Amino acid sequence: MKELSLNILDITKNSVTAGAKNIEISLIEDEKGILTLSIKDDGCGMSDETLQKVSNPFYTTRTTRKVGMGIPLLTLAAEQTGGKVSIISSTKAEDHGTTISATFDTKSIDFTPLGDIVETVCLLIQGNPEIDFVFIHQTPKFNVRLSIPEIKEILGEDVSVAEFEIIQWIKGFLDEQYNDVQ
Amino acid sequence: MKSLQELAAIREKMKDKVAIREASDNTVRIVVGMATCGIAAGARPVLSQFVEEVNKEGLSDKVTVTQTGCIGLCQYEPIVEIFESGKEKTTYVKMDAEKAKRVVAEHIKGGKVVTEYTIGNYKA
Repeated sequence: MKELSLNILDITKNSVTAGAKNIEISLIEDEKGILTLSIKDDGCGMSDETLQKVSNPFYTTRTTRKVGMGIPLLTLAAEQTGGKVSIISSTKAEDHGTTISATFDTKSIDFTPLGDIVETVCLLIQGNPEIDFVFIHQTPKFNVRLSIPEIKEILGEDVSVAEFEIIQWIKGFLDEQYNDVQ
Repeated sequence: MKSLQELAAIREKMKDKVAIREASDNTVRIVVGMATCGIAAGARPVLSQFVEEVNKEGLSDKVTVTQTGCIGLCQYEPIVEIFESGKEKTTYVKMDAEKAKRVVAEHIKGGKVVTEYTIGNYKA
């Protein structure tokens, strides 16, 4: 993948497939330039057996072909900077869901640039308006935040967050938060 | 700074528009393959362009743009399928944002399939 934001788009789709109602995507970078990506969902979760298999590129739930590269590609992007990927998951009724975390050393020459994260977030919302996304991006220099539940509260039942005008507003809202930094 | 009041104003403006749209049938569906293979091949800007063009051209009353998983022809990604009621499905392959613009203008608006981008043209 050319951009980390493309990995994020890809991996978040696993949460959508797992039937999540809430998905939180957070990017937190510390003073040392270590970036931690977490994607946390309340989907159906994975059994321990499945969990052991997901890092294997020859495991996939898809039926159209036999390889699944999503998690292996994210692992590659993390490990080539000296970071790692960890996954915790539960299928229990009281706390079902999955959290995938990946760490990256942004100072590494092999760090994949984040790229167009705003486009990733907007397309996730456009394609899955029923899901309550929360997006957080914190670094020592800035703090960007978007909460779809807050936006839905204003929109009510009448207007979907997938409407073009709303997506445009969300894009502008995120762009402004990023531009304020520069 | 974009305010939430501004969002409330957009909502008021859109309420009626959405009600009208719900009454009319969506007749065209544009489906973009957004699995790992599609994304790695460049499907994200293609999807973005379709969403933008459909709205820019005022087609959102009858055209919806949706995302799907792996279509099973990964070597031809980014793949876009167009479903129109009463017509055969059209499969566009190796798409990019520029091609997406042309498909909206010529196929969705003009009613003429852009044959050179279809899978038949690549397989032949």
